[in-house]
Parts: sequence; structure tokens; C-alpha cells
Amino acid sequence: MSAVAVHSGRTRGRRSSPMSWRWSDRLALAAAWLAGLSLCLIAAAIVLYMGYRGIQYLRPGMIFERPQVSADQAGSGGFLDPLLGTIVVSAIGIAIAMPLAVASAVWITEYGQGGRVSRSLARVVESSIEIVAGTPDIVIAIFGLAVFQLPLLAPLSFQAEGGGVFGRSFIAAGAMMSLLALPPLYAATRDGLQAVPAQMREAAFALGKTRITTVRRVLLPSVRSNIATGTTLGISRIVGSTAIVLILLGSTLRIETQGAVPVVNLLRGTGSSLTTYVYENSPAGEGAAPEKAYAAAFVLLVLVLALNVAIERLGRGRRDVVSSVI
Amino acid sequence: MYADEMVLDRSNASSAEMPVPPVMPASPELPVPPVRTIVLDRAPTPVRPVPEREAVRPLSDFAGPERLSLRHVGVSYAGKEAVRSVSLSIHQGEVLALIGPSGCGKTTLLRTLNRLTELTAGASRTGEILLDGEDIHDLVDTTLRSRVAMVFQQPNPFPMSIFDNVAFALREQGRKRPARRQLEPLVVDALRRAGLYDEVRDELDRPALRLSGGQQQRLCIARAIAPRPEVLLMDEPCSALDPISTGVIEELIGELRRELAVVIVTHNLAQAHRVADKVAFMYLGDLVEYGGVRDVFEDPRAQRTREYVQGAFG
Repeated sequence: MSAVAVHSGRTRGRRSSPMSWRWSDRLALAAAWLAGLSLCLIAAAIVLYMGYRGIQYLRPGMIFERPQVSADQAGSGGFLDPLLGTIVVSAIGIAIAMPLAVASAVWITEYGQGGRVSRSLARVVESSIEIVAGTPDIVIAIFGLAVFQLPLLAPLSFQAEGGGVFGRSFIAAGAMMSLLALPPLYAATRDGLQAVPAQMREAAFALGKTRITTVRRVLLPSVRSNIATGTTLGISRIVGSTAIVLILLGSTLRIETQGAVPVVNLLRGTGSSLTTYVYENSPAGEGAAPEKAYAAAFVLLVLVLALNVAIERLGRGRRDVVSSVI
Repeated sequence: MYADEMVLDRSNASSAEMPVPPVMPASPELPVPPVRTIVLDRAPTPVRPVPEREAVRPLSDFAGPERLSLRHVGVSYAGKEAVRSVSLSIHQGEVLALIGPSGCGKTTLLRTLNRLTELTAGASRTGEILLDGEDIHDLVDTTLRSRVAMVFQQPNPFPMSIFDNVAFALREQGRKRPARRQLEPLVVDALRRAGLYDEVRDELDRPALRLSGGQQQRLCIARAIAPRPEVLLMDEPCSALDPISTGVIEELIGELRRELAVVIVTHNLAQAHRVADKVAFMYLGDLVEYGGVRDVFEDPRAQRTREYVQGAFG
């Protein structure tokens, strides 16, 4: 194999002498292997180290105990609230991002190709989503704060006793988190729709179906696995964001509800996530309880990995299983 | 099958008279090579259908009322003409085969009949196409397409169950979804008419994509005929299938024509000969010849048709 490669390389007339390019080839190959292996090594190191630390420090009680303000570490409790905070914020973020992302992907691929106006509009939408994708989450967080501090939106967020608006709540954080999840979800759905062969659409049109029926009954069911992949990516981004939780969720130790209506009080309340819990308990934060930080980080890692596996399964398993379409 | 014989025949003749390779260039734009002249100088060999095949199917005696009527139909893509002034009539109970070399506009003409060409940007149509006396331009597209159904070259069932594939076609636009109980007899009937029911009766809930290619194509036919269309368009329905599946589908076409008008585009002259009652030969966008299958194959009027049906080009 290598002899053939050497020969074809020569006939293409590289300037350097065979010896020198062979070395560079070797170097390139070595670099490729080295990079690949060291990435594996780094990933393994993270997982193993966090696993080691996690198992060392994690007590089952931590997951089920609420955190408490305490003078010594023995009394500071677990991280039930941050864990719930992560789950709630992810759920809100995905619940907002998924319909938006899927609908805009459908519009771009199925409707945005028609006339000149819709095509230029489609280009604007595409680049807007790219801009959102490229915006750092701290910038999104600051922008979200500006929006949710508006008096008009005051009912959506946590308020001080006198009526001052903080602009912080699960709703505010979840809404801004959806902007993090939207670009990967959109891209995955769009790529999936573009990959559906044109004859599938024609088959539906030839049966006298409208475009929207075709989208809902034929196209979307067949890109379910793409949407699942996009959801995984989106949740990973949400779960990993610290800045938005710090700024828009208040990063309070416990979940603080606002008002008396059962679910709404949670949505309007503040809280924290596992990321901010890790940050606060790391030597960099106020808590300075590294063992709790390790335990929470381990739980976070397991959560994300489990989610990846679960959604992957869901998307793959559903691909050609009977869908009850009618 | 007879096409193969023709090729053999021609190559013998040419090698005897002139040392030119018997292989013909595919492109009609190229200058006429000498071997073709030789072939044409000979008295045209009548194209004989294979006897047992002929016996399989008598010419249609179900010829019914005119379903589609084409008057000076032309289609162009971004100003480039693909079909020029075609006038035809398509009757219930008959199979019309559109034949001709690649790029002659037969598929375009077929796709114009249910207005699928409209989906291509820059396509425009002139002339009149009447479905039961009504201009198809004035029909709502979804209504037209459930009255003029279509089967494609590649079997293209939806990624759903066998049952849902047919049920999807039965669901009417703007109506509430009927219950499975109501749909079941209609689905079974469509599958039965497409000759697929006996093979899938116990696995209606299995994914359609698990079926074989020939079964998938029959499912597509079931799906197309489920809403009881008046015309069935078939765009080379057998070209992706093995000979046995092809035979099954050809037989099915013979059955279907009792209740429908069938228009089939085919590259396979033997197939056109086997299934068609009428044949339309198209060349470079023009309708060159149109008539009964025996007239076109055995005594074509136009020189082009004669060359084509003898396998001389294309």
C-alpha cells in the first residue's frame, strides 16, 4: 500500500526530495496518531479522574439532600436543588428551542426556495442563526437580563419585596438557554430534511398531498433521528452553560419560588445548576468545598453521557419502526 | 426479447457488407454513421412479437370513454422546449405506452399530466389538457393528483407501515382522519387489486421498507390506485426491478386497465409491445407517431419510428 502511495506521490512532482517528504509524511502520520490517541487519553483521563473523585466523595445522600448554609462542610448538605435546576432549565430551553428550530428548518428547506424574496429572506434567517450560534453565552446572558428587567416582563421573574425587578428566573434563564440549543437543533433538522430524497416528496405530491401534509406526515417522521441528535447537542450546551445560570437564574443555593401558584412559582423563581454549584464549591468560589465540587461534577458528567446514549437510542430505534401516521 | 434478436441480425448484416463496428452511437446529434445507412437500405424487417407473449394479452376490449385529451401540449424549461405540440387522447380501458430515446420528453409529458412539472422552477406549459372535458389547469392540484395517480421509476414507499402507506393515500385533504376500522376494507381492497395482499396479509403493520423491490413497487401501485383514480401514470415502473417482478407488474397493468386509463413511459420496447394498446413514439420533444401497438411496431409510418423500433438508435 505504501509503495503505491509513494509512487503516485512522485508522479505528481513534489519539489522536495523523496527522503524529506517521506519524513514529513511519517511526521504527519505520527501527528495524526498522536493527536487521536492523546484526545482519547484526555477524554479517558477526565472520565476516570472524575469517576475516581466522584466515587471517593459522592454519597447517595448528596443527590437527595438540599444544600444548606453551614459553618462546616458536614452540615452543608447535598446538591438536590442544583440538580433539579439543571433539569428544569434544560427542559424549558429544549421546549422552546425544538419547535422554533424544527419550524425554521422546515421553512428554509421546504418554503424558502421559492421566489426571489423568500430566498433572500431565507439567507437572512440562516445568517441570523449563525450569529446566534457564534454568540458567547455570557453575551446572551447580559442581553437576556436587559430584556427580562423590562417592566413589561416583570411578572416573569423574581422580584424584591418592594417590587424591584431582578430579571432573574427559570423562565428567563430557560428562554435564553433555548438560544444556545437552537443552532445545533436547527442545523441537524435542516441537514436531515435536505437529505430526504426528492422522490419522497414527489411521491406524496403525486398522491395529491399538500406540502404541509408532506412535511408533517412524511418528512418530519423520517428525520426524527436527526432531531434527536440535535436535541442531544442542544441539551449538552444548556447543561454546560455557567454564565446564563449565574446571571439569569440568580445562582441561589436553593430553589426559591415566587408566588403561590404551584408550577408558575417555580418558573418565576430562582435557583442554580450543577455547573454553578461546581463553580461555587471549587477553590475559586465561595464554598471552597472541592470534594462536593467533584461529586457534583461527576453527577453532571454521568447525566450528560446517559442523555447522549438515551437519545441516540431513541432516534435510532424509531427510524424504521412503524409510525402510526393515520 | 425480440430487440436482442434485431441487434444480432443487424450486426451480422453489417459485418458481411462493411467492416464497421455494429455498435451505434447513442447521441442522435452525431452525424449518421455508415452502418445505419446499410441497415436502412435493407428492407425493414418486420418486428415479430415473441409468439407466446402475444398470446398472453389480447388487445384491449374494454376501451371506454376518453379520459385525458391533450391538444397541442408543449412544455419548456426556462425557455428551452422539452415537448412540442403533442396532441393525444387517452381512453379508459387502454394502456398507452410512451416510447422514445432518452431525453425525448416522454417523462416530461407524463409529469405534465398531473402537473408535477409545475414543481420544477422555470417550467411552463402551453396547449390544453382536458380531464373528462375539464382543463386540468382549473382543477385544484391535490384533487387532480388524486384523480391522475402516478407510479415512479424507483419504488418509493414512505417510511411507515404497509397499512399506513395505503391509508395515507386514502386520507382526504381537509377531512378528519378516518378510523382504522373504516379504512381497513379500502386498504385491503387496494392491496388486493395491486396483487400484493396475499403476500402481506399477516404483516400489514410491518415497515414498508422491509419489502422486496418488486413488492415495494406493487405497494406504490396499491397506494396510487387506492383513491380510485381515473388515470394511472407510470414512469418506467419496472426499470429498477428483476424480470420476475417485471412480469408480475406487467400482468397487473393488464388487469388494471379494465378500470383505468394507463399511461406508461418505458425504455423497454419489448415491454411496450407486451403491455400497450396504443403507442406514442416521441423524438426530441415531438410526437412522431401515435397509433395502435401493431401499427407502430409492425408498420410504422415514419422513418424515425421504424429505426427506433428496430433498435437502430437510442
